[in-house]
Amino acid sequence: MNRTASTLLLRLALIGVILLVFTAGFAFAAGWLSPHRLTPADIVDSLQINSGVHPGFRRAHAKGLCIEGTFQANGNGTALSKARVFTAGDVPVIGRFSTGGGQPDAPDGRLVFHAIALSLTQANGETWRMALDDTPIFVVATPRAFRDFQLATAPDPATGKPDPVRTRDFLADHPETRVFMDWMRDQPLPSSFANGTYYSINAFRFTDAAGETRHVRWSLVPETPFEALDKSTLATLSPDFLFEDVVHRLRQGPLRWHMIVTVAQPGDPVDDATKPWPADRRQVDVGTLTINRAAAEENGACRNITFDPLILPSGISPSDDPLLPARSGVYAVSLTRRDGEPVDPSAASKNPEIRRGAP
Amino acid sequence: MKPAVAQFPLALRLVHWLMAILVIAMLFIGVGMVSTVSELRTWLIDLHRPLGILILCLAALRVCLRLTGRTPPLPDDLPIWQKAAAYASHLVLYALMFALPLVGWTMLSAGGYPIILFGTVHLPPLGPVDPTLFSLLRRAHTLLAFLLFLTILAHLGAALFHAWIRRDGVFRSMVPWR
Repeated sequence: MNRTASTLLLRLALIGVILLVFTAGFAFAAGWLSPHRLTPADIVDSLQINSGVHPGFRRAHAKGLCIEGTFQANGNGTALSKARVFTAGDVPVIGRFSTGGGQPDAPDGRLVFHAIALSLTQANGETWRMALDDTPIFVVATPRAFRDFQLATAPDPATGKPDPVRTRDFLADHPETRVFMDWMRDQPLPSSFANGTYYSINAFRFTDAAGETRHVRWSLVPETPFEALDKSTLATLSPDFLFEDVVHRLRQGPLRWHMIVTVAQPGDPVDDATKPWPADRRQVDVGTLTINRAAAEENGACRNITFDPLILPSGISPSDDPLLPARSGVYAVSLTRRDGEPVDPSAASKNPEIRRGAP
Repeated sequence: MKPAVAQFPLALRLVHWLMAILVIAMLFIGVGMVSTVSELRTWLIDLHRPLGILILCLAALRVCLRLTGRTPPLPDDLPIWQKAAAYASHLVLYALMFALPLVGWTMLSAGGYPIILFGTVHLPPLGPVDPTLFSLLRRAHTLLAFLLFLTILAHLGAALFHAWIRRDGVFRSMVPWR
């Protein structure tokens, strides 16, 4: 081979190597070379393994009801965050009550948590979305533990029940999950969506007008007096009793909650949703949520909203809690999947009482 | 004396290399941000939106420059199929420079997401909230991004082929220096 030909070959090889390195870099960025990297789709897959695939429905908190109302800020929140939503006045709210789990037709009597999700639209067009559970602590601290929990508690195809060995092994590795399950077993649960307290699950950062940033959690505390769910009568109740109840209540009049912001002290766990904060932390009542309408998901305004907790107005930002980016990604994948699927109305949406809505 | 090398106008060459960096960075950011549940995801998405809009603006500027400026012809001795491939791939690149940001913007609108550039600066929705459209555009955004990556790969390979194998002045016509 003459010198020119070998030079050309060398140059061709160099071009090949450059293109290969470029492609390998792209593949690395995409995670194709890192099977251990946990993707949002992996977590949605684990939810589908746990609950089955129910086309058109959210992959978690599948059973729900659309609600509408207002949030009236009293102005106290402006001391903590410059978000416009805290300036005294009203903003419109679209929201959703739901029960935990991925089955849209599950009976409400299953001992899973109740949740409320809200989308608040500020006058300047910024949106604040949130999804809150009625438990002050969460079941796991990390996205990977969440995925493993879904897989460990998935029904065994042979028995239809979770494999007790897998569940036991998971709990052995995750004492925080055992704490959560004990809490669920021992605490009185609210008898209604109306008398539940809902918690932000994760910590967030509030930044005030002076630029000072504090870690906070918030909760929605009902004006409706608490009544405990009688766990012994669950089997006799309507499968949709929680949703029927709240529709009935809303026909009588609006339901109200106070948004209570709790401010962390230095040293409080702000990146671990399984750890409660001490009870004596400073609390600020920043305003009142009034819910006055309900509609079945099919007819309601909430169906197309993803309650991604990282959709935040200026003045509120995420904490370092690893669950937050995972929630955002998982909700986006769930939205992409369900929005591409034909949907049959859920049993709750066919329930005439819920269909009628409120008022 | 070397024959004079016809180059693209300086402004177009500068926009080309700026966009090359931005578009490649965007492709890596895009596939990276959706592949992880880590805090990197949030950070990359916040970068992805304003970068996409910047690329859209630069693409518009570039088309104006391209249509008003003189462009050097491809060498006469270039095989016809290579000329055709060059024109077709450039057309695809231009189309995707517009399509990806516009699909992304419309997709977020259809999904009911706010389109935040930074801080309180939002863009208006580019279409209605429409679940079916969101799902379609979300998938299209990924497919078009892969198509853009493959076209850039071919473009880069062809550019280096002109620079090192054919040495016909095509590569020189786009370098930022004279």
